[in-house]
Amino acid sequence: MTLTAPTRAPEQRSRPRRVLRAGSVSATYRLRQLVVPLATVVVLLLAAAISMGRGDYPISIPQVLGALVGLGDDTQRFIVTELRAPRIVAAVLVGLALGMSGALIQTFARNPLASPDILGVNGGAAIGAVSVIVFAGTGTTAAGVLGGIGLPLAALLGGFVIAFAVFGLAWRKGVDGYRLVLIGVGLSAMSHAVVQYLLTRSTIWDAAAANVWITGSLNGRGWDDVLPLALALAVLVPAALALGRVLNVLQFGDETARGLGVRVPLAQGTVVVVAVALAAFAVSAAGPIQFVALVVPQIAVRLTGGSRPPLIASGLLGALLLVASDLTARTVLTEAFPVGVVTAVVGAPYLLWLLVRGRRRSTL
Amino acid sequence: MTALDTPTTTPTDRVRLAAERVRLAYGEKVVVDDLDLQLTDGSFTAIVGPNGCGKSTLLKALGRLLRPTAGSVLLDGRAITSTPTREVAKVLGLLPQTPLAPEGLTVADLVARGRHPHQSWLRQWSSDDEAVVAEALRWTDMAELADAPVDALSGGQRQRAWISMALAQGTDLLLLDEPTTYLDLAHQVDVLELVGRLHTERGRTVVVVLHDLNLAARYAQRLVAMKDGVLVAAGTPAEVLTEQLLADVFELEARVVPDPVTGTPMVVPVRRLR
Repeated sequence: MTLTAPTRAPEQRSRPRRVLRAGSVSATYRLRQLVVPLATVVVLLLAAAISMGRGDYPISIPQVLGALVGLGDDTQRFIVTELRAPRIVAAVLVGLALGMSGALIQTFARNPLASPDILGVNGGAAIGAVSVIVFAGTGTTAAGVLGGIGLPLAALLGGFVIAFAVFGLAWRKGVDGYRLVLIGVGLSAMSHAVVQYLLTRSTIWDAAAANVWITGSLNGRGWDDVLPLALALAVLVPAALALGRVLNVLQFGDETARGLGVRVPLAQGTVVVVAVALAAFAVSAAGPIQFVALVVPQIAVRLTGGSRPPLIASGLLGALLLVASDLTARTVLTEAFPVGVVTAVVGAPYLLWLLVRGRRRSTL
Repeated sequence: MTALDTPTTTPTDRVRLAAERVRLAYGEKVVVDDLDLQLTDGSFTAIVGPNGCGKSTLLKALGRLLRPTAGSVLLDGRAITSTPTREVAKVLGLLPQTPLAPEGLTVADLVARGRHPHQSWLRQWSSDDEAVVAEALRWTDMAELADAPVDALSGGQRQRAWISMALAQGTDLLLLDEPTTYLDLAHQVDVLELVGRLHTERGRTVVVVLHDLNLAARYAQRLVAMKDGVLVAAGTPAEVLTEQLLADVFELEARVVPDPVTGTPMVVPVRRLR
């Protein structure tokens, strides 16, 4: 009689891998990792089409599609292509950028609470933007216009400066994720103190405008706001996807990653630059929408399975969350309701549900 | 010839990895000073010594995780710190003391990561890699657990999974830092049997940091004893594990008797010397 238990598989759902072959190249994947992004795209397109039809002037989905290809009357075309489309495209791009940025940062820091907010992007962007709002003038119309022109750039620069200050302070021949998060929390708190100070120096109208910006809003976004973001994403999204292979190995920690031939400091630096740039461009276009980068990657990894937040699914789910939140803000609530409030209301219960239901621990 | 075979032929006296007068320090604190060590092709070496003697630090330096502040580590005659890290990763694999597997990672995915140094943008995941990973899983008896998450495995299975990854990396040299930590005796034996087979059946050159002297003497061909950052003795287990050395290095009064199973030296502790 033997007392040792035979080796057998732990009681776990098996996740069969499938293999895709093309000549000598093969790739293994799991079905869920394909189905989740595809389903998200379908729902996203549907949500975007519905969103373009909804508002003070309702337009049916066929008419929306017609207007997009140049059919229909002038009013419909104007409303769809000039008023609603840029706002919805902005929502898609901002959500995509925030979702991917969060997935990069959380994988890199090996911490599900890490996000570009923690790295100081939001705090820095808020300093830049609120400075423009407050210092651009005394609240006159001319000063408001002036502020409007300079604001996205100021927010972009502010986000970059604080994020790289965090990264620089955390750097010691490479970056430890825990240290990065702690320093980020500290500098973010300082940034928000500066913003609060600026608000006390401002007029009540400036303070109101600043508060809307700080909450994150897509109100009144036009093609001028979308273009810089679209150009940035054309570079940053491929860069982020190219990092996927190295992220797989960075996840093991510095020593194992170096053992597998990764130049760890270089890889870490690249991941942070891409993640910060994604978030900073998103924030400069729509303000610091707090919730998306933090929670969407966690939702994505619970839907797809796997060992780290998937980049593509995180981006697509971020886009879907923002479009759905914007639709909610515009139709269920009032037109002026900032989308940043809704993302939390829509996304948080969903994450809680996944957490309560799933057996996965809340660590990476 | 299977997918896992490395170009290594019969063991030779060729020095694969060498430390030349290395000084290793964490900041100001010098842990190892002026140490020389040569590891020949196809050898199985265990580094032993009391806690804090610098053996793990030495292993880190041999695996280019720690840059010497003086002297150099040579891999196949070339300074390891000036060799591109990816090139090193094709020849030398290492297993840290407590490697971290992200939650949700399956055994198959873990082992597949071992192919990282062999891939690039031009050379993506191939059917060769697939064959190597399948063979590594089979060879370490992990094929049945391929789809199980690493975090759901027992300690012994987890260590097998990591060794399987190191095997898939396909390196001639393998450095392991206390691979038996936290394992019960049966699993310690199991892991060392596996490492021993890597050496005998796969021709790997193995360097392992071990605490258990009896297991070290049983599995390694060569022991290196360290104390306070200095290499005190090196040689066959019988040459190194003497009652005098145990007193000098471990401050332990002990009898050394032949292992009734293998005949290798076996340490029977009497009491601690002060």
